[in-house]
Amino acid sequence: MATGLNPSYFIALSAALFAIGLYGAISRKNAIAVLISIELMLTAVNINLVAFNKFLTPEAFIGQIFAIFVITVAAAEVGLGLAIVIAIYRNRKSVDLDDFDWMKW
Amino acid sequence: MNIPVLTLTLLAPIIAALIIVFIPKEEEKLCKWVAALGTGVALALSLYVYFGYDQSVGGLQWVDFGRPVPLIRDLGVSYYMAVDGLSLPMLLLTNLIGFAAVFASWNVSHRAKELMIYLLVLIAGVMGTFIAQDLFIFLLFYEVVVIPIYIMVIIWGSSKRVTKEYAGMKLTIYLLIGSAFLLVGVIATFVESVAITGTPNMSFEGLARVAFPEEFQIYMFGLMLLGFGSLLSMWPFHSWSPDGYAGAPTAVSMIHAGVLKKIGGYGLIRVAIFVMPLGAKFWAPWIAVLGVIGVAYAAMGALAQKDLKYVVGYSSVSHMGYVLLGVASLGVIGVNGAVANMFAHGVMAALFFSMIGFIYEKTHTRWIPDLGGLSHQAPRLSVGFMMAAMASLGLPGLISFIPEFTIFVESFRVFGWLAVLAIAGIIITALYVLRAGANTLFGPAREEYNHVRDIRGPELVPLVVLGGVLVLGGILPSLLFDMVNSGVAPIMAHIQEALQIGGR
Amino acid sequence: MVEFALRHAWLVPLLPALAFAMIVFLTRPWPKLSSAVSIAAIFSSFVLSSAIAYGVFTNPAFIEKPLVYSLRWFGMEGFTVHVGVMLDPTSTMMLFMVSLVATLIQIYSTGYMEGDPQYSVFFSYLSLFAASMLGLVISSNLLQMFVMWELVGLCSFLLIGFYTFKISAREAAKKAFMTTRIGDFGMLLGLLFLQIVFGTLDLTELTQRVPAYEQFGISLGLLTLIAILLFIGPIGKSGQFPLHVWLPDAMEGPTPVSALIHAATMVVAGVYLVGRTLFLFAEVPGAMEVVAFTGAFTALFAATIAITQREIKRILAYSTVSQLGYMMLALGVGSLSASMFHLWTHAFFKALMFLGAGSVLHALHHKADVWDMGGLIKKMPITGWTFVVGGLAIAGIPPFAGFWSKDEILAVTMQYATHGHIMGYLLFFMAAFTAFLTAFYMWRMIFLAFFGKEKPENHPHESPWNMAFPLIVLAVLSTVGGLIGTPWANYWGEWIHFGQPHHGEPAIGLMLLSVFLGVAGIGLAYIFYYKDEEKQRVKQLAERYQTLYRISYNKYYVDELYQWFTRSVVDAGARVLYWFDIHVVDGIVDGLAGITRTSGKGLRYLQTGKLQTYALVFFLAVLVITVVLAFGNPTSAGILGGGK
Repeated sequence: MATGLNPSYFIALSAALFAIGLYGAISRKNAIAVLISIELMLTAVNINLVAFNKFLTPEAFIGQIFAIFVITVAAAEVGLGLAIVIAIYRNRKSVDLDDFDWMKW
Repeated sequence: MNIPVLTLTLLAPIIAALIIVFIPKEEEKLCKWVAALGTGVALALSLYVYFGYDQSVGGLQWVDFGRPVPLIRDLGVSYYMAVDGLSLPMLLLTNLIGFAAVFASWNVSHRAKELMIYLLVLIAGVMGTFIAQDLFIFLLFYEVVVIPIYIMVIIWGSSKRVTKEYAGMKLTIYLLIGSAFLLVGVIATFVESVAITGTPNMSFEGLARVAFPEEFQIYMFGLMLLGFGSLLSMWPFHSWSPDGYAGAPTAVSMIHAGVLKKIGGYGLIRVAIFVMPLGAKFWAPWIAVLGVIGVAYAAMGALAQKDLKYVVGYSSVSHMGYVLLGVASLGVIGVNGAVANMFAHGVMAALFFSMIGFIYEKTHTRWIPDLGGLSHQAPRLSVGFMMAAMASLGLPGLISFIPEFTIFVESFRVFGWLAVLAIAGIIITALYVLRAGANTLFGPAREEYNHVRDIRGPELVPLVVLGGVLVLGGILPSLLFDMVNSGVAPIMAHIQEALQIGGR
Repeated sequence: MVEFALRHAWLVPLLPALAFAMIVFLTRPWPKLSSAVSIAAIFSSFVLSSAIAYGVFTNPAFIEKPLVYSLRWFGMEGFTVHVGVMLDPTSTMMLFMVSLVATLIQIYSTGYMEGDPQYSVFFSYLSLFAASMLGLVISSNLLQMFVMWELVGLCSFLLIGFYTFKISAREAAKKAFMTTRIGDFGMLLGLLFLQIVFGTLDLTELTQRVPAYEQFGISLGLLTLIAILLFIGPIGKSGQFPLHVWLPDAMEGPTPVSALIHAATMVVAGVYLVGRTLFLFAEVPGAMEVVAFTGAFTALFAATIAITQREIKRILAYSTVSQLGYMMLALGVGSLSASMFHLWTHAFFKALMFLGAGSVLHALHHKADVWDMGGLIKKMPITGWTFVVGGLAIAGIPPFAGFWSKDEILAVTMQYATHGHIMGYLLFFMAAFTAFLTAFYMWRMIFLAFFGKEKPENHPHESPWNMAFPLIVLAVLSTVGGLIGTPWANYWGEWIHFGQPHHGEPAIGLMLLSVFLGVAGIGLAYIFYYKDEEKQRVKQLAERYQTLYRISYNKYYVDELYQWFTRSVVDAGARVLYWFDIHVVDGIVDGLAGITRTSGKGLRYLQTGKLQTYALVFFLAVLVITVVLAFGNPTSAGILGGGK
């Protein structure tokens, strides 16, 4: 293991990525952009998982396996999400999240 | 006994429901026949079990797969289906009423297919609560019951004093609140039992063997009493009962008043008292007081009613007061009477509601002052109605007299003059039942009901099945009592033992 | 045959029960067949009962030791009930009497009910009634007796309300059931007490245990209470004051029913029950006094009402109430023998008179007012003369049956008085005065209805043979039925008695008094209602004592009192409670639901529908939790599960 590499780099990277993703998810108005931001957050989680796996239990692969799970779920989620966005676009001619406020009252 | 008969009994209505799903909804008659077949098979199986049960041995018999099959090991949950003298009458009752309820809904043409499906699911759910010997499974089935009830009331119900939406919601919320209290009690009991014994076990028998501290028992019994009590329409948690029955369609009223309510009494004995004997001892006088208030109060309430379904709704609250009184006596005789009375009231209430259902269907009214002289146009209907009425007022020769008498014997001994108030209830009961019965059926024939056609064909099934049981149970009470006793006696023996140890 | 009958006495009630089932399920569409089934069954019961009677009354061993056999009905630890048969002279006598009267009345009904659309149903009810009544009579267990007791009540309810097209019949049926129900409540309490204290309801066992009541840890006071509670049942069933109100109204039923149920059989069930449990009453003098005074008062009370009534069946009904009072009185002074004797003779002459009345109503198309009748005896000789026989019997003219039994009651009452019960003289006076009134009002009715001027608007005709035949048989029995219990050769007292048989010397003085009272009553009626053709004197009397007349005619306003109580107390109470239920109990429930709903209404504005707002809140919450977990003190972090 390379000596210069310590976990804080990975944590910093994933934290930055997560924050960017979160910002995007909360502030972007375009549904596609929000989906992309969510992908960023998931990637941040994956980085964390793989990194901690390496540093904490190098002999087991739990973290890596979990990351693969996350990737799978993320793929499914994006597929579903895009399908929903397309369906909504067909009805509303818009992918602006501000227009999607029917789930109130 | 390699064939899991109880599981088959449970599956019969479920399979029937699944078959109906694939029948086109235009084939109403076919749906009904399949439903009748499903409940009929369940009834036949439960009769087979009832008469195959060895009373001289007693205890849990007909254990499916010969032993509890572990489902969730960490929680000690197992698929444990078995019956004893306490479960069997309730199982039989469920299927009797379920079978009759299908025929009582014979003339429903609005979404008949869906009605049958919900009805079958409901029957299966109720059945499950009575044969599960595992607390977790018991609760599971209990929750299964709630959903179809709500939907059935909303779709097939009728709005009178209150709207059917209100009635359905009230019914459902009461059921859910009851189960919420219950859930808290059950979880606490489970956690405590693990803390005491170290091994998780959810079966009633296992939990009953745990020596819970007295204070804990008192709190837990209180919670369970709230849960089961509101299900049993214990005063003052009864007000869902008249409104709910009035709003519900006939089949739901029959099953709800007939058996679902009895889950409360059954649970009170099987879960609360069996597992928490010391708590039961603490609460018994309160149960008795609430029971007596329920008897007198609801009887008076029924006297003020003009709607037939409200009369029976209040009367069922009143009768459950007797059950509570019997349970509260904590003696073999009293509890025997309470269980037998649950059975008797189930049959009687189901017959009552089915006959009222027919009256409503044919005359489009349940308002007593608008009715009269129906015995001229519908003699068979009148016979059924009168039989239910007479059973309701505890006429000897019909099924409900001996249970009531038995309850009186024990509660009079234990509670003395408090019980007299409940016994006096038989006078008021006679008054409102006779008014409702005689004013509806007797008197001059009314022209506006000349078109009324007497019940015939499949419509006769509820009368024949339930009426037959009503008479048979009245003439040969030992058919019921020996069975009940073989279940109650060991439970009460266990409780007496626990009380003596705890009392030291 | 005799041995078979004794061993299978349970067949006696079973046969009519089977007839009931058969009519209901099979033969209902064929009226003639239904009545044939019913009559065949009751006649077989009668034959069996006769055989039983022969067996019992030829074997004196039965007096001391009744034949009892039973089987388990149901049971559990500490509470087992057997049903069975108990044959002793008393129950055998009742079996014989009930099955005989029931057979005659069913034959009569084939004529009376001819052409009724509900003919089959009527006979099925009669069969059910006969089954229940016979079952009651042979019961070996008080609970079994109570079951049958209620079943006869049910039959009575059904038969009173038989003419369902009449509102009045419906109301009368309800009233009868309710009133007897109140009595049953008391009786039920009594039975519960007996079961709890003595641990059994079996008559044989109770007979042994009750005298030793102190060993069972109860005081004389409690035993008195038990006896009085038990007595409330008979008060209701046998129409004793104050629960007598249903019996006169019960005349709404078809007349054979009035004869069978409300005169000869069912109403005496109460008397029979007290007779059966006399071993209990005998232990407690207090309860005996209650029985005696209730009986005597009822006898007098009902007689004073009967003298002003106008409807023929109503007069007979009050006379029944009055005669039942006599029977109770006899029991109260401790004589089972006299009471049962009167029960026996009364069954014949009262059934006779009711059937006669039915015959009259049949002929006059249900015109019931005796003042509208007159001279009927010319057109209806059989009905008329048999009715006169009944009148002589009830008035106590020797050698007719009623004389002997009534005389016996007067004798035992006098004996009671002379054996240290000062109040006994009052009882005797009430009984004697009632005897006079009875003769008077009965003959008032007879003179008004059968003698005097014929009314031109009436076209009476004699009834067919199947109605006349039972009348003749009953008339014969009313004449000779009392000869088995004359003071000179008291076979009756030898067989049916409680404790020591009564061996009084024939009290000639008492007999003369009794005859004098009867003759005086008839004579007064003769003067007022026969000789005085315009009935001027009675009309003047009624006007002079208007208040008294009204009170009597309106039955002391007891009905009005009950009606007021039901309407203004019970029903009003029910309405108040119902109001409480929907406004207070339900109000709380709806209030709680309302709170939920209102808070939901307020809180829903938090839901903007914008996903991103939710996500922001979500993120901030996670942030707060993280900060608390990371920087908060360990104890407060404990609640979040991170306490370790």
